[in-house]
Amino acid sequence: MKNLKKALSLIFALSLALTVFSGCNRSSGEESVGKVRYLNFKPESADIYKEIAKEYEKETGVKVIVETAANNAYESTLAAKMATDEAPTLFQINGPKGYANWKDYCADLSDTKLYEHLTDKSLAVEVDGKVFGIPYVVEGYGIIYNEALTDKYFALPNKAVDFDSMDDVNSFAELKAVVEDMQKNREALGIDGVFAATSLKTGEDWRWQTHLANLPLYYEFEKNKVDLTSDKTGEIGFDYADNFKNIFDLYINNSTVDRKTLGTKTVVDSMAEFALEKCVMVQNGNWAWSQISDVSGNKVKAENLEFLPIYIGADGEEKQGLCIGTENFYAINSKASEEDQKAAEDFIYWLYSSSTGKKFVTEDLGFIAPFDTFNDNEEPQDPLAQEVLDWMDEDGIKTVPWNFTIFPSQTFKEGFGSSLLKYAQGTKEWSAVKSDMVDSWKKESQSSTK
Amino acid sequence: MNTSLKKYFPIFVLPTLLAFILAFILPFVIGVGLSFTEFTTVENASFNGVQNYIRAFTTDTDFLRSLGFTAAFTIVSVVTVNVFAFMLSLALTRSIRGTNLFRSVFFMPNLIGGIVLGYIWNLLINGVLSAFGVDITFKTEYGFWGLVILTNWQLIGYMMVIYIAGLQNIPTSLLEAASIDGASSFKTLMKIKIPMVMPSITICTFLTLTNSFKMFDQNLALTAGAPEKTTEMLALNIYNTFYGRVGWQGVGQAKAVVFFVIVAIIAFFQLRLTGSREVEH
Repeated sequence: MKNLKKALSLIFALSLALTVFSGCNRSSGEESVGKVRYLNFKPESADIYKEIAKEYEKETGVKVIVETAANNAYESTLAAKMATDEAPTLFQINGPKGYANWKDYCADLSDTKLYEHLTDKSLAVEVDGKVFGIPYVVEGYGIIYNEALTDKYFALPNKAVDFDSMDDVNSFAELKAVVEDMQKNREALGIDGVFAATSLKTGEDWRWQTHLANLPLYYEFEKNKVDLTSDKTGEIGFDYADNFKNIFDLYINNSTVDRKTLGTKTVVDSMAEFALEKCVMVQNGNWAWSQISDVSGNKVKAENLEFLPIYIGADGEEKQGLCIGTENFYAINSKASEEDQKAAEDFIYWLYSSSTGKKFVTEDLGFIAPFDTFNDNEEPQDPLAQEVLDWMDEDGIKTVPWNFTIFPSQTFKEGFGSSLLKYAQGTKEWSAVKSDMVDSWKKESQSSTK
Repeated sequence: MNTSLKKYFPIFVLPTLLAFILAFILPFVIGVGLSFTEFTTVENASFNGVQNYIRAFTTDTDFLRSLGFTAAFTIVSVVTVNVFAFMLSLALTRSIRGTNLFRSVFFMPNLIGGIVLGYIWNLLINGVLSAFGVDITFKTEYGFWGLVILTNWQLIGYMMVIYIAGLQNIPTSLLEAASIDGASSFKTLMKIKIPMVMPSITICTFLTLTNSFKMFDQNLALTAGAPEKTTEMLALNIYNTFYGRVGWQGVGQAKAVVFFVIVAIIAFFQLRLTGSREVEH
């Protein structure tokens, strides 16, 4: 009797424990077709991906599970999910640095069909002849301006420059002349300032510490003929620091707000100022269209949106175009089963080659796809993406690549951003900003452990 | 007694014990283990000895600076929070009208989440500072005192409630005896009230100490380390270490272990110090 009780209680306890454990049971892995588990980077597109998954399952019978990481939490979400049985089979890396972090999980994609169709193979993340990341969207950034307001300025009787439209502006000196005169006439134009606030709040400063910093470094690497895949990038001189200062000063001195208040400004603040026509120009990329059009009371018409390259006063910049590249690369989990890897490959190929898939890509996701499976008429319709495409097709214009994917670390970018804030507030000399940037680049390049 | 304990152990204790092991002991052991490895996820860890601990202290001085900042902040907030909370509780244990209303109002800030509080105070402080043409990112001192004010605002109500409970537990006979003997109210406070609420003081200093030392959300939302990381507290520094550099997750983990040890040591000594002054009723 006593033993029976004991045995019963043990069974009871064990069954309790088992219910706890059963949650973590391995899901039955017997299906031979495999399935796709995608960790999506863009929260704003989460619903679209769900639609795509539904459609794909209807057409092919292969299940696609889409999970989405919250804003700014992709790396942490990925790290958490990778260690589980429900690890993503399809995920994304942000370039060579992202690959370095995830190399244990990145499968070689050189034989995939999608890679075959990649128009510009140099865009892919390639290491030792193997391809580990395929770019799935091309984006561009520059100075977005509102043509309605610039035309209003050029029609002013007392304007101090002799151009008649923004098309005549193709160097820093000309841009500076226009901007400074426009700033003087801000009351006549009904604006608070030419440039939207230079958002320098921590976490909101990527437009400057990453995107704007790309330009001086692009010119420096060009000048010194640095091979970006080599370890020659471990040290820089920031030779074009003064050029960076030129354009940065232009931004912060001809703005809607005082340069001392920039530590509280966010990207959303800047985009709202632009949408409400409180300013004429803002530096951002083609992804910003939804941010502009979604602002309630938006006054900017789609047809008035134009892009201007970011001129910093470097030699030969008349031929400079927008900064076009990508930070979004598909990677397939090399630790997933053969079938699942194959399923992921097929899924992304379908998305970028079938007519249903392509429709989703251009119309719903609004991506400029870097693949030759897309015809010229299969392009996103939003005005800024159209502008990017126009600039890409422009004759004799040299597009600036996104070299910031090789910036040494997040710590470097944040450090440079807070340096810029102190400079704007007037508590740090430019020479210190420059030397700190150079030192930090070197240190961060060495401190990476992979 | 003993036999029935043994008999029913599997039913009553085992499930909880398992849960405790799974949810607490195991992650803790894995966490400490990971601090000696280089890893991207918990699965692909490779042992690298004390390298992470060396990196945590030698690559830059950020960690030590955060430690200094956090220590200074903790000392100031523990003192201010407890002094103000005790004063409030003294005031609100006298029979003034609306005592209950005041108690609830003072307690309320504690119910608001740290991130929300941080943003609210960010707006308030920047609103005030903008009159002088600056904001909270200008100077380390602004961020420091901003954090102190925020912590006070959040924790005073909570600590006040604990002190009130302590004060109400003092036997009225003691207070009556003191007043018959002609003790001044200051003397009553020093000789009777404070010694009698010593258990509350132990709890309150422990709570404020650990809360201030481990502060994260409020720090993130109020200053996020600006200017130039000088207002970055330990927890935020650890968080930033994880994703700040490629392959630095292990270093972040090592810092977290050091952090745990520091908090444990401080809390241990504080409990012994204040606990030894408690009097038996």
